[in-house]
Amino acid sequence: MLAKRIIPCLDVRNGRVVKGTNFEGLRDMADPVDMARFYNESGADELVFYDITASAEGRGLFTDILRRVASEIFIPLTVGGGIRTLDDFDRVLKCGADKVSVNSGAIADPKIISAAAKKYGDQCVVLSMDVKRVDGQFRLFAKGGRENTGIDAMAWAVRGVSDGAGEIVLNSIDTDGVKTGFDLEMLDTLASLVKVPIIASGGAGNMSHFAELFTHPGIDAGLAASIFHTKQVDIKDLKRFLRSRGVEVRF
Amino acid sequence: MIAIVDYGVGNLFSLSSSLKALGLEAEVTRDASRLRQAAQIILPGVGAFGDAKAKLDATGLTPVLLEEAERKPFLGICLGMQLLFDKSFEYGQHPGLGLVPGQVADLRDDLADKTLKVPHMGWNSLEIRRGDPLFKYFKDGEYVYYVHSFYAKDCEASVLAVSQYGNVAVTGVVRRGNVWGTQFHPEKSGDAGLRLLRAFSELQ
Repeated sequence: MLAKRIIPCLDVRNGRVVKGTNFEGLRDMADPVDMARFYNESGADELVFYDITASAEGRGLFTDILRRVASEIFIPLTVGGGIRTLDDFDRVLKCGADKVSVNSGAIADPKIISAAAKKYGDQCVVLSMDVKRVDGQFRLFAKGGRENTGIDAMAWAVRGVSDGAGEIVLNSIDTDGVKTGFDLEMLDTLASLVKVPIIASGGAGNMSHFAELFTHPGIDAGLAASIFHTKQVDIKDLKRFLRSRGVEVRF
Repeated sequence: MIAIVDYGVGNLFSLSSSLKALGLEAEVTRDASRLRQAAQIILPGVGAFGDAKAKLDATGLTPVLLEEAERKPFLGICLGMQLLFDKSFEYGQHPGLGLVPGQVADLRDDLADKTLKVPHMGWNSLEIRRGDPLFKYFKDGEYVYYVHSFYAKDCEASVLAVSQYGNVAVTGVVRRGNVWGTQFHPEKSGDAGLRLLRAFSELQ
């Protein structure tokens, strides 16, 4: 059967990984290429890179990093951040990305999903969404979670999948950064509505949170950033722990 | 030199990078003479079967590939493996290269548990059914990376390895004579995948 996936997420700005990196002590681990190498050796099943630069210069640095990572690390690479057009898809796919994640770009122009799925295949298009409860309803947020679009998040996901999104990253704003566990209620709601793989994001604070996540059969992968970057959780240890709990993981 | 057949489907960056990372000489080409000179040939591919076969035929390389597959190690990857078979039922019925007996069918139709997701996407354990030089550096049960919705069936005589998904033993690796095929992506399967590619490069 398919193994549950553990996915570290690297936010890259001006050629460096940002957000809670505690790697400085050992070599230059905030270098994205070094960090990708480290995670590959630790048993990460996939890597997600988000380009959070605004400048053209930063964008050039990002694609250069991506090309270097893809030249030496042979696991699936997902790239997101600033993806708005088919040209953006093309630019990162040519540098070695396997999947491209759209978030605000799809909110601005929902047709990007079907256009990209038609051109590159469903497996290539990842719909990433930031979701928060507002008056008891799951609402889709834009601009890195700062702006309520008023859109019903679950209807948005269903539409995205029918347009050709092959995977969903669901980031719960309600649990993000709180480190008290993934948003299982939100994730289960999504899993009951779509049949594509779901990557859970937001809330991982320790190894037990992943074990709990994977007791929910509709969830395929767990994504986190800071707990891996700060070495609070080591991926090898996490996989051993999950295996001891009966979760199928790749070694 | 390993020739990677370029017929306009899919992203060949990772495949050629992975061969280079192994210290191998790889060339992405649609030049018949380069395919004839190559020590081994890899036929990659992503997308839909009918479209890919039409694009391959449009390059005029199909007869060259059929000839060369008799003479040197030949590896089809993902859709490139599916193209090796007699026919596929993806969006209609399409003839394949006929290098390996069998057909390509919708995984959805054969999965008893309809809650299982299709595409079969992610890391699955590869169980070796028959030993082969391709597995020289590979350990039985190692995980490989799959992304596909159709799979090869009715090809038992050629199956070297499978991955279990629900009730279906998904055809993972096939071989007939000089022709090998992997449904998964060795170039995306980490160290285990690189070791398979290394073993392929050593085949003669």
